[in-house]
Amino acid sequence: MSARYGMVIDLDRCTGCGACMLACAAENNVPSLPQASARTGLTPMLVRKISNGGEGSERREAFIPILCMHCEHETPCVHVCPQQAVEVDKATGIVMQMPQRCLGCRYCMTACPYHARYFNWWDPAWPKGMEKSLNPGVAVRMRGVVEKCNLCHARLHAAKEKAAAAGKREIDPADYIPACVEACPTAAIHFGNLADPRDPVSQQSHSPDAFRLLEHLDTQPKVYYKSKEPWVRALSEPNSGPSMEAKHV
Amino acid sequence: MSSAVLTDSRWIARGADRSSFSRFLTWLAPWLALLALGVYAAFVCLYHGLNQTNMDNRFAFGLWIFLDLGIIALGAGAFFTGFLVYILKRAELQPILNTAVVMGFICYSGAVAILMIDVGQPLRAWFTFWHPNTHSMLTEVTFCISCYLLVLCLEYIPILLRNRQLRRLPSFLVFEHQLHKLVPVLAGIGTFLSFFHQGSLGGLYGVLRGRPFAFRHGFFIWPSTFFLFILSAIATGPSFLMLVTASVEKVTGKELVPQDVFRRLGFISGLLLAIYVAAKSIDTLIWLNFTSPAEGFAPWTYYIHKPFGTPVLFAEIVLFGLLPAFLLLYRKSAAHRGWLLGAATLACIGVLINRFVLTVQTLALPTLPFDDFLTYTPSWQEVASFGGVIAYGVIVYSLSYRYLPLFSQTKGESEHVSRG
Repeated sequence: MSARYGMVIDLDRCTGCGACMLACAAENNVPSLPQASARTGLTPMLVRKISNGGEGSERREAFIPILCMHCEHETPCVHVCPQQAVEVDKATGIVMQMPQRCLGCRYCMTACPYHARYFNWWDPAWPKGMEKSLNPGVAVRMRGVVEKCNLCHARLHAAKEKAAAAGKREIDPADYIPACVEACPTAAIHFGNLADPRDPVSQQSHSPDAFRLLEHLDTQPKVYYKSKEPWVRALSEPNSGPSMEAKHV
Repeated sequence: MSSAVLTDSRWIARGADRSSFSRFLTWLAPWLALLALGVYAAFVCLYHGLNQTNMDNRFAFGLWIFLDLGIIALGAGAFFTGFLVYILKRAELQPILNTAVVMGFICYSGAVAILMIDVGQPLRAWFTFWHPNTHSMLTEVTFCISCYLLVLCLEYIPILLRNRQLRRLPSFLVFEHQLHKLVPVLAGIGTFLSFFHQGSLGGLYGVLRGRPFAFRHGFFIWPSTFFLFILSAIATGPSFLMLVTASVEKVTGKELVPQDVFRRLGFISGLLLAIYVAAKSIDTLIWLNFTSPAEGFAPWTYYIHKPFGTPVLFAEIVLFGLLPAFLLLYRKSAAHRGWLLGAATLACIGVLINRFVLTVQTLALPTLPFDDFLTYTPSWQEVASFGGVIAYGVIVYSLSYRYLPLFSQTKGESEHVSRG
């Protein structure tokens, strides 16, 4: 049976600690780039601080992790790539990026409404000695190509290999958990199969508190957010307010 | 006569009046310096990477894409003149045909050169031909621009081989003669390819569902911007051709084409521009009232960020669209060379504003509710590469004008009349 892997991120639980960003970088061999700015860095998982724009006691703040939304319908980046370096894996629903085939034209970055795609503006580099800690299961990307969150695809491969070794056709869900989900100290990020109605993540995605960003675009993201705060849920509307503020954590 | 004149006079068509070689080199010197700077800037970007630019993850396209879209629109005069002369049999435009081919060649080769710097992995450009995504507008653009540049090369070669010295080689003469017979066919192929890639360049942005400022509905698989780009390109291409020819006339102090040609180009440009302005106005109204609200975006939010307010929209459609269309079509203003060229200038600025709005404003505007309006200033490397392409164009055109029979039907420009 085909899966549709996705997430539900409970924004009321997110403290903005950034552990998910660090875990993502470590798992996926994201290079250390001290010369990069907030707009040129590589942050496949990016926590942003938002507020309702109020003052004093009226002010409310929250944190929202932004990653590839793995859009289901008319996936914007897939349609535009001129050389099929982006595709939706029909077996998992994961939007896959193939850096080895990427031309670096950045058309996909232009197409992505969530700004969840990143260009390798520099050659990958790490502080001396740190290259020994690289994850051997993930290829390092070269300068001049685009990358993004692939829901820790290397972990899915490992889970499949484990299942195959045990003579099973399906993976054990406990064996495939993305690094950010694993690292979150408040368990704000939930990962699962949205196509399985028994999966808690699938059930949470139907909660009245759940919403998706830019729903009107009808790209059907597989990353859901959840909050009991109405002003946070208003994020599903693109014009939810010029008063909305944001900054990177 | 100085010895320098003797150095290249035997390469100049017999009877053609050209400046001395030293004066020509003096004219070329600053352009060569600008070209050298542009080549150095391009080398820096290729060697060190695109971190040398001021583009970033949000402003993933910048000055170069604007330049590409702009010069490809202005270079549309090449295919459109070929279409008018060979397909619609407008023989009165024959005198401008060679210069149109050279302009087209310059614009398209310059655009392709910039594209090769703009991509992160230029050595993988062939992947698009090997693993083409047939759903991508960029694939269509890549195929059509590559093929059309080849067509332009084939159209340029017969002009090149009419150089006085090259004509002395019998094999070149035969080759030129044979190639010349193909020119009407090439004009037809060029027209087909150009219609598609001009449209696809518009489609590049029109299909971006994730960018509601640019997203448009359309007909079949093509968004409305596909057709608007074709219209705006064929409307302004003749205007640009007029401006280039008038500039050459000014620099050389000669009348190179009959004034009737200018008036004819002006009328064609004005008529198409009027149709474009009408189509663009209808498209804008549909977008404001239906397309954008359906995407969840209130159109007023696009215009609250200065300097991209509604004055830009007004300038694009009225000041640099409707006004030049009127001036080009109105009999009295069209009869006056100054008004004619002024209107052509406005039309060309208008198409550049359109390309700027679609490339730069689209990326500057926020999409997520907590996003900011962004600004971007190109780095010196981007500007210098831009300047290098302009210098390349001036140099190629200057060399072509000096050594090739660009205006062979004009008296005193060539020892023989083009067979065209």
